[in-house]
Amino acid sequence: MIKIKDLHKNYNGLVVLNGVSVDIPEGETLAVIGPSGCGKSTLLRLILRLEEPTKGSIEIDGQNIARLSEDGLIKIRRKIGMVFQSAALFDSMSVYENVAFALREQNHFTEAEIKKVVKQKLELVELPGKENVMPSELSGGMQKRVSIARALAFDPRIILYDEPTTGLDPVTSTTIENLINKLSRELKVTSIIVTHQLSTIFRTAHRIIMLDQGRFILGGTVAETKRSDNPIIKKFITAGGET
Amino acid sequence: MIEKLGHATLDFLEEFGRTSQLFLNTIASILSGKTNPRLVIEQMVKIGIDSLPIALTSAAFVGMVFAVQIATEFVRFGASKYVGGVMGIAVARELAPALTGVVIASRVAAAIAAEIGTMKVTEQIDALNALGTNPVRYLVIPRFIACTLMLPILTIFADILCFFGGYVVSVYLIKINAVDYMNSAQQLMKYSDVYGGIFKSLIFGMIISIIACSKGLGTKGGAKGVGEATTSSVVASLMALFVVNYFLSVLLFK
Ligand SMILES: Nc1ncnc2c1ncn2[C@@H]1O[C@H](COP(=O)(O)OP(=O)(O)OP(=O)(O)O)[C@@H](O)[C@H]1O
Ligand SMILES: [Mg+2]
Repeated sequence: MIKIKDLHKNYNGLVVLNGVSVDIPEGETLAVIGPSGCGKSTLLRLILRLEEPTKGSIEIDGQNIARLSEDGLIKIRRKIGMVFQSAALFDSMSVYENVAFALREQNHFTEAEIKKVVKQKLELVELPGKENVMPSELSGGMQKRVSIARALAFDPRIILYDEPTTGLDPVTSTTIENLINKLSRELKVTSIIVTHQLSTIFRTAHRIIMLDQGRFILGGTVAETKRSDNPIIKKFITAGGET
Repeated sequence: MIEKLGHATLDFLEEFGRTSQLFLNTIASILSGKTNPRLVIEQMVKIGIDSLPIALTSAAFVGMVFAVQIATEFVRFGASKYVGGVMGIAVARELAPALTGVVIASRVAAAIAAEIGTMKVTEQIDALNALGTNPVRYLVIPRFIACTLMLPILTIFADILCFFGGYVVSVYLIKINAVDYMNSAQQLMKYSDVYGGIFKSLIFGMIISIIACSKGLGTKGGAKGVGEATTSSVVASLMALFVVNYFLSVLLFK
């Protein structure tokens, strides 16, 4: 489903990704862990082609995204839901308009259908009835959840989560983790979760990869990762995620 | 020193290139029919209606002060018959279009650059892209069309207010004959003076909106970046406006 090959990314001399490769089959939930600033968000931005790689390629559904026309790229992006680390809600629009945005832009839903979808997605993230609130009136954690609802609105086949549970209380975190699992189990959604939060990784990931110094260290399944004798992974896990 | 100048030139050329590319991109998207009328109307209200008070107030008072200056001098030289005509030509060709352009450049360019710049630094532009929406289509086109249409309309209002501001001062304050004022305007002015001025304002609308959008989309680095983009969008669009105005005037009114 997603094939990343020898991906490099530099920012004016700063090497962030230094040749990473991974195949993510359909239905897998892959967790990418790593210290702050190691390039996790950058990896997700590259997958959406919000950023151009310095070298290497990314294939989604067998298509090299670097070669897509603008319309082709839009089609691919409409299969992918992205939860931004900063939530990135449209601050001039209400919660309703944020969640409805992609559906409205796709132009083939009636307003009644959209209304139903928005209501249902807001319930999934435990924010029922918040339709008419403006993003600036929400807490950080609530904004994050609206951002998840917005990403889920058009039932994407692939979901990229950038720190989906960071800053949420344990109960809400668990709700979101259950939601991630449910989407994966019932709809066979392919997910990439980027996070520090070990509890989220352990509860949702099929496979864990650690990003260290621009390269991937394979951790395997949750159980394998916990048993790993790689010193870098060990240190990250015993430190509780913050290195 | 020379190196610094070189850098500044390169920056300018890069900026100019980026803005021109955005302009071509915008025109191409408009021609391929990717315009959302609802967003255009929303922007027309924001840019046009909300700018009316400042555009009209400045037009009226500039017309009045201009009349104070020329009418007094003309009376002194016994040319009071020509005040209306000179007033009309100056207003239609230069005062109204340039003044409206300046007002819109400072008010609207700043607002556009600040809004789009904030969206850029808070990843809202990325979110638009991620949701499969092209930011040029969603943000730039409506502002470009609205500004390009509203500037000529505001200029027509400014023409009227500026000209009659001059009338009021000339006739009631400086006691110039009202019939002479209107007659000379009719005799000396050509339709092309009015059309030319309106045409210039249309070009100003394009320049202001495209520079402001380009500055907004190019914003880097937090609140400070937004501030810089806002200021530089006003400075750049004003400079472009004055330079382009000169060349257009030379071409149009020879
Ligand atoms: N637009 C940019 N220009 C220059 N450098 C950048 C840019 N974006 C990211 N970087 C740099 O790339 C590196 C990786 O950033 P990234 O946001 O991917 O980290 P991260 O792993 O997501 O960190 P965190 O866990 O804190 O969110 C950082 O050192 C950052 O300074
Ligand atoms: Mg990050």
